[in-house]
Amino acid sequence: MPTTWQEIFDLGARQAPNAGEPPPEERRGVLRRLRESLSKSRQALVEEISASLFDRIDEQTWERLEEALIMADVGAPTTAEVVERLEQEVESGAVSADGEAVRERLIEILAEVAAGGRAPIDLSGEPAVLLMVGVNGTGKTTTIGKIAWHLSRELGLSVVLAAADTYRAAAAEQLAEWAERAGAELVRSEPGADPGAVAYDAIAAARARGADVVIVDTAGRLHTQGNLMDELAKVRRVIAKQMPGAPHETLISIDATTGQNGLRQAQTFAAAVEVDGVVLTKLDGTAKGGIVLAIANELGLPVKLIGSGETLEDLRPFDAEDFARALLAA
Amino acid sequence: MFDQLSDRLQATLSDVRSRGKLSEADVDAAMREIRLALLEADVNFKVVKGFTKTVKERCLGAEVLESLDPGHQVVKIVNEELTALMGGAGRELAYASDGPTVILMAGLQGSGKTTACAKLARHLGESGRDVALAACDVYRPAAVDQLVTVGERAGAQVYEQGTDADPVEIAAWALDRAREEGRDALIVDTAGRLHIDEALMEELAKIRKRTRPHDVLLVVDAMTGQDAVGVAESFAATAEFDGVVMTKLDGDARGGAALSVKAVTGKPILFASTGEKLDAFERFHPDRMASRILGMGDVLSLIEKAEQQVDERQAEDLQKKLEGDRFTLEDFLQQMRQVRKMGPLSGLIGMLPGMGAMKGLKGADVDEGELDRVEAIILSMTPEERANPAIVKGSRRKRIALGSGTKVQQVNQLVKQFDQMRKLMRQMMSGKQPDPQQLMQMSGAAPRPKYRRR
Repeated sequence: MPTTWQEIFDLGARQAPNAGEPPPEERRGVLRRLRESLSKSRQALVEEISASLFDRIDEQTWERLEEALIMADVGAPTTAEVVERLEQEVESGAVSADGEAVRERLIEILAEVAAGGRAPIDLSGEPAVLLMVGVNGTGKTTTIGKIAWHLSRELGLSVVLAAADTYRAAAAEQLAEWAERAGAELVRSEPGADPGAVAYDAIAAARARGADVVIVDTAGRLHTQGNLMDELAKVRRVIAKQMPGAPHETLISIDATTGQNGLRQAQTFAAAVEVDGVVLTKLDGTAKGGIVLAIANELGLPVKLIGSGETLEDLRPFDAEDFARALLAA
Repeated sequence: MFDQLSDRLQATLSDVRSRGKLSEADVDAAMREIRLALLEADVNFKVVKGFTKTVKERCLGAEVLESLDPGHQVVKIVNEELTALMGGAGRELAYASDGPTVILMAGLQGSGKTTACAKLARHLGESGRDVALAACDVYRPAAVDQLVTVGERAGAQVYEQGTDADPVEIAAWALDRAREEGRDALIVDTAGRLHIDEALMEELAKIRKRTRPHDVLLVVDAMTGQDAVGVAESFAATAEFDGVVMTKLDGDARGGAALSVKAVTGKPILFASTGEKLDAFERFHPDRMASRILGMGDVLSLIEKAEQQVDERQAEDLQKKLEGDRFTLEDFLQQMRQVRKMGPLSGLIGMLPGMGAMKGLKGADVDEGELDRVEAIILSMTPEERANPAIVKGSRRKRIALGSGTKVQQVNQLVKQFDQMRKLMRQMMSGKQPDPQQLMQMSGAAPRPKYRRR
């Protein structure tokens, strides 16, 4: 289960100049970071509840568990599936009816669901093209800034950012600030320009300069807006036409506060642009982001990265087990 | 969902009619379905629990009316209770009697504050108010630039001091300026913040103290899940918000968060933001939200939209023509254009009750090109042909196809479908129930929408 930046990226034949020992800070689990970001009183509450969930194994255990998962936005169908599976394993004796054993098995099951079919982020192309999509306000631009920072500052790769969000006011300016922080190059155009053309120019620029990675930022759009989804599909086609096999990786950002609509979002975006994985953002609040379990379970789209705060280090490779533990922690 | 819910309830309660009363077991079974539907709509778990308890009490022992099947009856109770919980009619903003009305906007990151600020500015500007915006989000890169751009588009003055000043000071300075310049309203945009971020929540409280807003509005994303309750409670405690702006309601989220927020804080939802454009902003209608959460379709909105767009006199003319069986292709063309004026058909379909539940229609898109073709065909006809499509034969067909850039078969199809439609209308006008087979054909009658599943 990859949990470091070196492991989450498939760089192909390319040698990352700075690849080597990850900084010790990388080893810290996401859960610990999450816990640290919570206040002391809250932490006490969290631990109390998660411990009491499996005090006794009886009919109410399953109800409480269902409640916990529903409250984490996992959604009724996936919750029912997970709980049923666990209940059966306990009843058949495959898992002993001991609180700690049941809890650990549950975490295993949840982690299995969340990380199902996960592959590393494919950056083997030369240049590798990463396309970022998602609904408005889910944190696409910020996520791109952080990915660029890691690739550039930590792995020493050269990165080109394509400001293909030509719609939202000041979106290119926002990306420009990230490009500067990350030491990446920015390709942008006029507001209202054709987003496909921006992506095209960025790939051309990356090729001309021998850059390693192109990250294409796109305008946030509601998945229900057919014309905007068509536009997105067109951006993808422009990229594929210019560079066969590209985009090598397409990620959708899902806001951790999103409820059951997240499933519809992932489904529609995946149909339009062949999404490879999910970036779960804004996990530093009290929302658990359980909708990604439903997305992984029902659509087979694995979570690859999670964002848990505003600072650069707060974007991390997804650790399914840590996530599963945090999910039950309130 | 409504259809689904009501179907499921009907199945669950199928044998009730013979017994005449809903038993406790019936009601429990029905409540399970309702609970699932509400959870699917992202209504908070605890709110659902309380709600189903209330509904259960009302349903228990309720007389089963002859006119209504038990499933529908339960749905009716659910809808009534839901509407009651959402609150009565929406409330207006509190305007200052003297000096600028100050509105403070707050919310999580990405909930749509900046856009909502500009939309609200435009909304107030429309009623003749001179509005200014204060750019207090100094944290998100380029947030100030964004507000300046959208603010100008909305016709509002934007007060900004870049990103180095303190947000509390910017807000206070902006208020002074608004007073000096005699503005009618000042909308204060703030940075998105997490409700558990103590430092930033403290900052928000300070901005509130310094500007003494007439209304503090919490901006809530309609797609928010279970956590909406926690967020709303925290913002209520620190920012003491007075009302809510629901954003991204143009998506297909059921918006259960609206119910959750109202239920736990008691604060009304004042505005709904429903699209990318600045004018996609309107007063919130609690009753419609109740229907939406249940998936009943926004029938009322559709009616209102139609009323805005359809010329009354034309509508009367049409009615007369239908009654007198004088409906022509020319009328059909006018009618089609009226409907298309209301916006993309895919948006309208979502508002129709029942459509939400039709699988093929989920996220469906009407092929507007097909409608363009129909228009082209009719426009290529002579007035005589439009009035009497039966004469469209042989060479006329060929000429029309050539003129409209379509095929002879397509012209044929349109004429045939129009004929069927007329027959059907005649039946409906004479008060007869239309034959379902014919209705099916009618739905295929030109313009035939092509549904694509994404």
